[in-house]
Amino acid sequence: MKYLKNVVTLELDLAKCTGCGRCMEVCPREVLFLKDRKASIADRDLCIECGACANNCEYGAITVDAGVGCADAIITSMITGGEPVCECSGSSDS
Amino acid sequence: MKKPECCDKSAKWVEGSIETEAGRIDLVTTSLITADRWGRFKSRVSRFRMKYNVDPGLYAVGNPDDSSPILVSANYKLSFDILRSSIAGLSAYILVLDTKGINVWCAAGKGTFGTEELIRLIKETGLIKLVRHRKIILPQLGAPGIRAHVVQKETGFRVYYGPVYAKDIPDYLKNGYKATEDMRTVHFNFKDRLILTPMEITQVWKSLLIYIAIIFVLFGLQPQGIIFKEAVHGGFHFFLLGLLAIFTGSFLTPLFLPAIPFRAFSLKGFLVGIVTTFIYFYFLRVYTDVFLTIIIFLFFPVVSSFLALEFTGATAYTNISGVKKEVKIAIPFYIVITAISFILFVIYKLNQWGFV
Repeated sequence: MKYLKNVVTLELDLAKCTGCGRCMEVCPREVLFLKDRKASIADRDLCIECGACANNCEYGAITVDAGVGCADAIITSMITGGEPVCECSGSSDS
Repeated sequence: MKKPECCDKSAKWVEGSIETEAGRIDLVTTSLITADRWGRFKSRVSRFRMKYNVDPGLYAVGNPDDSSPILVSANYKLSFDILRSSIAGLSAYILVLDTKGINVWCAAGKGTFGTEELIRLIKETGLIKLVRHRKIILPQLGAPGIRAHVVQKETGFRVYYGPVYAKDIPDYLKNGYKATEDMRTVHFNFKDRLILTPMEITQVWKSLLIYIAIIFVLFGLQPQGIIFKEAVHGGFHFFLLGLLAIFTGSFLTPLFLPAIPFRAFSLKGFLVGIVTTFIYFYFLRVYTDVFLTIIIFLFFPVVSSFLALEFTGATAYTNISGVKKEVKIAIPFYIVITAISFILFVIYKLNQWGFV
């Protein structure tokens, strides 16, 4: 399943990438893979912007405006003016 | 980690304790009892999950020694239960972080399942004395909250991201701390969605009561006051259509998500809303009034659309950029449609009263 086209903010700076593979280890959507000893983006539209790759990249090669894709949180933040915080109503239990 | 002198009597899953270099550790059972299952059920359908916690700290399973693996979890009881029941027959330690009773994925997003909390607990529990190795296994879905290289620098422990699903942990360990591509991928199938829908529906009860009150007053309102017979007679189908819209947006649309056209959740919900409203209208042919008919086909699909949009937070494949884009377009649309519906209703009433 894919969400909206061309909205994902994931960016990769190949100059900083050392090809350690940590990003592909943490990606839950198989967006990242190794190509010629560098990270590479397979299908940007699959990315859920969880921020795991950027957070775990020691070399700062990945940036993404991370957050939770939760309408309830976004609507609440629009009303209150704060940051979107997910109330975690029914998400996974793992 | 400070523990109460004796175990919590309600914690039936604690079966004893073991003495280690890092002090006494509670030994937990890997089998779930009826109370655990009842707790899981309540968490699925109500706000009960908000206070379903275990104490943060270190726990043991089986008969672990200084070479046993360390698995990190959240202090949401359901997460903890799934983890311990997945490692039956193994010997391991479980390090429970204080995520305020929230599951790993959500807590990682909030940052409570985070680098600082992990470092704090590794230090506080004396993990370094407990085991000879320097490996800790985190659930992969905790990765958004963790900076693995910082943890290693501060504590000496290298973070290994385990499988997404706890059931794969035994295979992951056998595999030498290596997750296959399948273990690393989040699934979101029919059954996963089915489990999530009761929560969506139970969340709208309050709004539904307000809605019922409003429509009965609106329908019952006559020049001579609120007439009960008018309220029930006129409002009955609006009540049923409201239920249908909730069923459509919070149950049907999430369940058949991949099969419904469009990528945007709001469009999916709107489309299915038109279909279910049309089916109801066609077979029951309830209103002959043109204003009410227009209202039905505007308002109820919008309700379904909104509820489908709300489901974005429960899914495993939406992203914040996309949801922001949807919300920006959908919410003004909902407001306009609701306003138009209200105006049409006023016209309908004036017409009914013979004022127009």
